[in-house]
Amino acid sequence: MKTTSAPGAAPATATHRDRASLLGLYERIVLIREFEERVKFLFLEGTMPGTIHQCQGQEATAVGVCSALQPGDYITSTFRGHGHALAKGLSVQELLDELFGATTGCCKGKGGSMHMGNMDKGMVPGIAIVAGGIPLAAGMALAFKMQKKPQVVACFFGDGAVAEGAFHEGVNMAAIWNLPVVLVCENNLYGASTHIGKVMKNPKISDRAASYGFRGETVDGNDVLAVLAAAERAVAECRAGKGPVLLELLTYRRTGHSRRDACHYQPKDEREAWFARDPITRFAEVLLARPDVKQADLDAIKAKIDAEIQTAVVNAQKAPQPTLANLTEDVFA
Amino acid sequence: MKRQGIAEALRDGIAEEMMRDSSVFCIGEDIGVPGGWGGAFTVTLGLSEKFPGRIIDTPIAELGFTGMAVGAAMMGMRPIADMQYGDFLFLASDQLINNAAKMRYMSGGTIKVPMVMRAPIGATGRGSQHAQSMERYFTGVPGLKVVAVSTAYDAKGMLKAAVRDDNPVMIFEHKLLYGSKGARAEPGAVDATSDIPDEDYVVPLDRAVVRREGKHVTILGWLLMAHFAAQAAEQLAQEGIEAEVIDVRSLSPIDYETIGASLRKTGRVVIVEEGPKTGGVSAEIAAGIMEHCGDSLQAPVVRVASPDVPVPFSPILENAYRPDVARIVAAARSLAQM
Ligand SMILES: Cc1ncc(C[n+]2csc(CCOP(=O)(O)OP(=O)(O)O)c2C)c(N)n1
Ligand SMILES: [Mg+2]
Repeated sequence: MKTTSAPGAAPATATHRDRASLLGLYERIVLIREFEERVKFLFLEGTMPGTIHQCQGQEATAVGVCSALQPGDYITSTFRGHGHALAKGLSVQELLDELFGATTGCCKGKGGSMHMGNMDKGMVPGIAIVAGGIPLAAGMALAFKMQKKPQVVACFFGDGAVAEGAFHEGVNMAAIWNLPVVLVCENNLYGASTHIGKVMKNPKISDRAASYGFRGETVDGNDVLAVLAAAERAVAECRAGKGPVLLELLTYRRTGHSRRDACHYQPKDEREAWFARDPITRFAEVLLARPDVKQADLDAIKAKIDAEIQTAVVNAQKAPQPTLANLTEDVFA
Repeated sequence: MKRQGIAEALRDGIAEEMMRDSSVFCIGEDIGVPGGWGGAFTVTLGLSEKFPGRIIDTPIAELGFTGMAVGAAMMGMRPIADMQYGDFLFLASDQLINNAAKMRYMSGGTIKVPMVMRAPIGATGRGSQHAQSMERYFTGVPGLKVVAVSTAYDAKGMLKAAVRDDNPVMIFEHKLLYGSKGARAEPGAVDATSDIPDEDYVVPLDRAVVRREGKHVTILGWLLMAHFAAQAAEQLAQEGIEAEVIDVRSLSPIDYETIGASLRKTGRVVIVEEGPKTGGVSAEIAAGIMEHCGDSLQAPVVRVASPDVPVPFSPILENAYRPDVARIVAAARSLAQM
C-alpha cells in the first residue's frame, strides 16, 4: 500500500500523545467494532428491522477524523454511518434506539440505520444518496464562512462517490471559495460489489484535489494515529481559511456491503491481507509497545464497552415505539 | 410452461431479447460483477457470463450512465438501463426528461430513442431515501412511456415490449414483488409468481388488465397495491361485496377503455396508490375518469394513498404510512354502501 503524507508530517507513532488520549482513541475504535458486531448479530437474528451497512474494519477513519474536530464542528455521513456517529459522540443508546425504530432514537425512529445523526452533537443525518453529502457539506462550510464562524465540516464519503457529478460540482465550489470543508474519502476499494479498478482509470483519489487547485493526501486509513495527524493538519488549514483539503483514507470493509452480502467478489488473498492490517490489532500493538500500557488495560476497556452495549440493547428493545400521531409530525418546521 | 417470480422472468426476458437482437445491452451499477449480485435484486444474475461485454457495470454515476443509454439508443443500440433504487432516478432525471423524452420531438421526428429504464420502488424498511414511489414524477412527461409490473407474466411481457418499442420506456418494479422466497426475499414480500409460457410473447404497454370481476365497486391499483386490492376483494366477497380489481399497469398512457368499461358496470371506484396522495398518479386517474366516464359514476371517486410525508423508517410508522388491505376494504365497503 502506498502511503504519502504531507511534507513534515508527524510520523504515525504514539510517542507525542499522552496515555489517556491514546486509550481514549482505543476505546472509541473498539466501541465501534463491538457495536457493529452486536448490531450484526441482532440483525441476522431477526430482532432488528430494516437493512444495515456496517463499517467493521474502517473504525480508524471515523475515529481519527472526528478526534481532530471540536464539539462545534460538524460531520456529514452516508448510509454507512454508525461508526461516524459513535466517533462524533452520539451515544450507543440513541443509535440502538434508532435502529429499533424507537422515539428515543437519535432521529425519533424516522431515520433508521442509513440516516443516523444528531445536530446537537454536530452530525447531519446520514445521506444515503451516494455523494449527496458533498455539495451539502460545501454549503454548510459556505455558511460558516459567510457567518465568520470558525467551524469546519468534515464530509465523509466513499470511493464510489468520486464518480458522481455531485462530487465534481461540490468539490469545485468548495475549492474556488476556499471553504472550510475536509473532504474525507474512505477508500475501501469497493463501491458496493464493484472494485475501484473497474471504475476509475486513476485509482489514486487524492490526486483529484490538485486538478481543482487544492491539497490532497493519501493516508493509511487503518492507522488511527496517521489519520488523526492528517485530519489535524487538514482541520487547521481549513480553520485558517486555506480549505478545502481532500483526505483519501485507505481502508477495507471486513463485512458485507449491506444485509446478508457474502462478499464473494472480494478475493480471498485480498481479504486476508487486509485482515492482517486490522486497525484495532495494529493500534493495540502500538499501545502495548509503551511501557505504561498493559494487555489488562485493553481488556478492561473491552469489558466496559461490552457491558455498556449489553445494557443499551436491553433498553433499546423496550424503548417507546412511535404512535400514529408521530407519522405526520416533523414534515415542516 | 414454468412457474417464475418477477426477478427470474425479467432475467429470462432480458436474455431472450439479447439473444434475439445484438443491439440490446444492459447498463447500470453492480449488474454484472463476478461474485456479485446481478443488480440489487438479482435480475441480471449470471447474464454477464452469457453475454460478455454486453452487461456493462458502471461507476456510481446515474446521470452519466443514463445519458449514455440515451446516446447509444440514438445511435441504434437498445439499452436496458438498471437504476439500483428508483430514488436515484432524481439524479438521472435530466437525461431522461430533457433528453430522452424530447429528442424525438425536438428533432422534428427524426431521432429514435429506443431505451428502457428499469427501477425498483416501494417502502421496505430502508428509510426515506430508498423507498419512494417514483412513477408519479415521470407519468406527466410527454415523450416517456411508463409501466408498472406486478406479476412475473407482465414483467417479462412488458420488458420485451419495451425493448422492442422505439421510444424511451420506464418500467417500475416493486421490491416486495421480486420474490417471496430465497436469499434476497424481504419481510413482507408478496407472491407475484406466474406461469410463464415457453414461447415468446409480449404484453402491450398501454393496456390495463382486469384481475378479478365484480359488479359493486371497482378497485384500481398497480404494483404492490394491485396485490393488496386483490386481497381486499377476497375479504369484501365474504361480506357480499363483489369488487372488480384492475391492475392499471400502464401508467402513461392510461387505459381508460378498460377502466371505463368497469365503471359503467360498477359506478364506483377506489384508486389505491402507495405514494403520497398529493400529486400522485391517482390524481391523474381520478381526473381522467371524470373526463372519460364521469357520467357513469354513482358516487364520488375515493382514493387510498399514503399521507403527504416522507417514508418513515420505524416499521410501526411505515406500516401506518403504506396503504394496506384493511384500509382498502374499509374504503370499498363504505363506497359500496353509498
Ligand atoms: C446515488 C446513489 N447511487 C447508488 C446508490 C446505491 N449504493 C449504496 S452504497 C453504494 C456503494 C457506495 O460505495 P462507496 O461510495 O465506495 O461507499 P462504501 O459502500 O464503500 O462505504 C451504492 C452503489 C446510492 N445509495 N446512491
Ligand atoms: Mg467504497
